[in-house]
Amino acid sequence: MAAYPITPQASLSEILSRYVEGGELKAEYVRVEGEHSAMTVCISASTVGARVFTATSSNGLLYMHEQLHWAAGSRLPIVMCCVNRGVGAPWSIFNDQQDSVSQRDTGWIQIYCRDNQEIIDTIIQAYRIAEQVYIPVMVCYDGFVLSHTMMPVHIPDHEQVRRFLPPYKPHTILSPEDPRTINSVLFPWRRENPQGVLCDGYMEMRYKLQAAFETARTVIADTNRAFAESFGRDHGGLIWTYMTDDAELVMTGMGSIAAEAVAATDMLRAEGIKAGVVGIRVFRPFPKDDVVRAFSRAHAILAFEKAISYGYEGALCSDLKAALYGTGVNAPIHNYVAGLGGRDVKPRELAEAGRNAVALLEGQTMKNETRWLNCYTG
Amino acid sequence: MEAKDTNISALCTPAAGEGGRTGDWRDVRPVIDQTKCIPATKGKAACFLCWLYCPEGVVTMTIPVQIDMDYCKGCGICAEECPPNAIRMVREEDADE
Repeated sequence: MAAYPITPQASLSEILSRYVEGGELKAEYVRVEGEHSAMTVCISASTVGARVFTATSSNGLLYMHEQLHWAAGSRLPIVMCCVNRGVGAPWSIFNDQQDSVSQRDTGWIQIYCRDNQEIIDTIIQAYRIAEQVYIPVMVCYDGFVLSHTMMPVHIPDHEQVRRFLPPYKPHTILSPEDPRTINSVLFPWRRENPQGVLCDGYMEMRYKLQAAFETARTVIADTNRAFAESFGRDHGGLIWTYMTDDAELVMTGMGSIAAEAVAATDMLRAEGIKAGVVGIRVFRPFPKDDVVRAFSRAHAILAFEKAISYGYEGALCSDLKAALYGTGVNAPIHNYVAGLGGRDVKPRELAEAGRNAVALLEGQTMKNETRWLNCYTG
Repeated sequence: MEAKDTNISALCTPAAGEGGRTGDWRDVRPVIDQTKCIPATKGKAACFLCWLYCPEGVVTMTIPVQIDMDYCKGCGICAEECPPNAIRMVREEDADE
């Protein structure tokens, strides 16, 4: 376990350090001088066969960026919590998801949790997923909304976790008797090594990572199913749904904002609007087939996001449109940027956006633009 | 050629040529003047600073000192370190071989 112990950090790392110090958690706690080093420590320890963990937020995660690519390219099953917070400038310590969404293309699996029980359960699942497909997993949850709130949770039984999660086997065993160089330079071409094996080049290694992501979809869904069987809690595999069977208006988002959309759905249902929610639990690998199924009957889709790809729209919205393209699902998709830098998001605001989307279904055409929820300037 | 690369991350074992025939990279090559080289003139193990400083490990600690041109990149560190200036860096196109 490696962590940079001050801003931006959540109580998570502090409490874990107490567990280690008190002997409750059998682990080595490495205090480092920054998040880049925290990930480097995790990379090194994971390479030699240790199960590792770290946690960070916002600018700390950005500082780690280079090593995130390195961890994924080395195919190390590192598990990290990202406590989602806004990034500077201007300085903010409050919640949004710009930090982890900005790390979308680093080759990490990203799972977004909607409540505290899901966080603890997902971390256990994350190790099983990571150690099967050899891809690092980022378990993301909203800062303050979840990180600094309390709720009673079931702590899974130690022995039960042990049965669910077999010991970590590194993909390569390092030993002084059989020395290897890890991550030596790979060339644009494939090359025969001195033992006569035609070795993959850089591009083939990168292809293998993408291929592993394709496999990961099944592994994530299977892991969730196995977890539900063992522990009796099902958080959804790649996505979760709420009242989507007959929903005409489907709201979507990642993390706690999707849980807010559940409350908004109840409000809209009370008014006779057939609303529902598709929670995107796994952002990478993107649940492309699941979203096609989940949105197949939608008349209008609302994507609420706590991040934006500047100069375009929310990254989730773009990915969603790409997944639905050519599938016959042609419902208008309304993109809302919401809750940046901790701006409170209320279910009634989401419900109001839903009502507007329904009104627009009656004859009016919708301009393809991203709206900023509850944001007024000037 | 038939064996498949089953590694999922880039790995290699220590062996000559793991980085390819890096001698191809060379613009200038070290040429040893055996009449100045200390081990050669004294006929016994002496400085061998060329062997010690070579970052590629292509210099032998032998009399005479030999340099593996398949992998020498021509960096010139050996020439820089040689106390009697017995090593000259010669442009490839001007070299005899």
